Amino acid sequence: MGALGPNEWAAIYLSLRVALVAVICALPFAIAVAYVLARKQFFGRQILNVVVHLPLVMPPVVTGYLLLVVFGSQGPVGRVLEQVFGLSLAFRWTGAALAAAIMAFPLMVRAIRLGIEAIDPGLEDAAATLGASRWRVFGTVTLPLALPSILAGVVLGFAKALGEFGATITFVAAIPGHTQTIPSAIYGLLQVPNSGAAVVSLVIVSIVFAMGALLLSEWLAQRMARKVGR
Amino acid sequence: MLEIAVQKRIGDFNLDVAFEAPDGVTAIFGKSGSGKTTLVNAIAGLTRPDAGRIAVHEQVLFDQVARINISVAKRRVGYVFQDARLFPHMSVQRNLTYGGDHDAKRVIDMLGLGALLDRRPAGLSGGERQRVALGRALMCDPQILLMDEPLAALDAPRKAEILPYIARLRDETRVPIIYVSHDVSEVARLATTVVLLEAGRVAVAGPVGKVFSRPDVVPLLGTRAAGAVIETRVAGRLLDDDLTELKFSGGRLLMPGYLGELGQVLRLRIPAQDVILSREAPKGISALNVLPVTITDIVAGRGPGVAVGLRAGDDQLLARVTKRSAGRMELAVGMQIFAIIKATAVDPKDIGI
Repeated sequence: MGALGPNEWAAIYLSLRVALVAVICALPFAIAVAYVLARKQFFGRQILNVVVHLPLVMPPVVTGYLLLVVFGSQGPVGRVLEQVFGLSLAFRWTGAALAAAIMAFPLMVRAIRLGIEAIDPGLEDAAATLGASRWRVFGTVTLPLALPSILAGVVLGFAKALGEFGATITFVAAIPGHTQTIPSAIYGLLQVPNSGAAVVSLVIVSIVFAMGALLLSEWLAQRMARKVGR
Repeated sequence: MLEIAVQKRIGDFNLDVAFEAPDGVTAIFGKSGSGKTTLVNAIAGLTRPDAGRIAVHEQVLFDQVARINISVAKRRVGYVFQDARLFPHMSVQRNLTYGGDHDAKRVIDMLGLGALLDRRPAGLSGGERQRVALGRALMCDPQILLMDEPLAALDAPRKAEILPYIARLRDETRVPIIYVSHDVSEVARLATTVVLLEAGRVAVAGPVGKVFSRPDVVPLLGTRAAGAVIETRVAGRLLDDDLTELKFSGGRLLMPGYLGELGQVLRLRIPAQDVILSREAPKGISALNVLPVTITDIVAGRGPGVAVGLRAGDDQLLARVTKRSAGRMELAVGMQIFAIIKATAVDPKDIGI
């Protein structure tokens, strides 16, 4: 890996941090939305479903542009966040995390929703007849039984967040050491002559991360399946 | 004591029932699609009725007019589902104590669960699962126990394994039990009261002995399932012939095998199609049990059969004969005749404590 300069190492480190923060922050929302979509009937359910899936089908550049408009320093939400919480997103790594989270969100929701839909609602009914409140039913029955699918969602989301390019580069550009993630670093290096070795190294790092995440999730899923007794 | 009066419309199906279930086992009996599960779910709070009132021991669980609808979790209803619904990610121990640990030791002893505590539901047999489900429901100290065809998924030996536990429950606890079933033997063995549902309505309700001996109930039950249920007492044992002598108000019956200790009360279901009628006291026949009876009802069905209600002492029996025989014998209400019951006609699974 001698071909990796400080900028490339910074990109690797930043990518991991962005993807991790994105997934951790998105997870509670993804579980909540997946549960609501899987179990509740309410007005506007289809609209919520469409909105959640939009980032999956829209051009990422459009998502990035919308983020810039809404969360940029002149945007309605961005201005409030900056003035009230001192949190600025545009052209910062936090913005990269937000972009990654939004792009990963539909994948996480899909995986978790499928898992929740596969749980027999009769088990939740049984827990309720035993005196468990809705929260206790969710925490002791739904959540543990959905754990394998939550894990799958986390891995999918993490991989998507690591690879996010279009929305990120539109929203936060690719400033080395600040907002340049692995994909934008690879893209940047491709514009520079004689950087083939660095490109190959970053490509290998990407592949290793992706495979590692998949293997880890498989292993954890098997362990959990055994615990659940299936 | 459960008081219930509910209406619920689901698509084309209309449930509209009202009855009272005293303590003991109340069997909700009916064909599939007659509304049994909907009714039980309404008691549990899993289905919200369109209108009506549900109260257990004078505590109102649901009242449409008064706008009362206690949540499922607060109803203190023990619900044993047909498919057990044990939590697959918890041990038997954790399943049992999920809703509480009321009277844990006694429940575990009574249901024979001690050896299963560390196992997981996936490793249990069907019968063990239902026992755990029953224990789990009891340990949350329910004020009413709902059992929705708890034995339907089990084969005959497993059923025979669990039925005595439910009978013990009926006799040892004061929790009213609502027992949904479409198996007439189970109902005959366990129930104190029977509520017969047909197409979402109560067709007949009352004590098990009265309901099952009514001739007009025969078409509802189906001709094979029809048969009176009587309470008898073990009065003797004929060792040489391997028979047990049972006494009831209408006389004495001999049944094959050992059925219980002297003095033990046994419930017997006598299938209507296995009762033969004779105008004179028969001689020279193989059947051991001949009872003098009086005809109380004659009800013609749609088919070739006639259901004949018979009084034997203070008990009611039921016979099913063809219209042709009834005509030839000139059967009429009030006539004194003889009922012949073959000793082997009573299935062991129709004999309960």
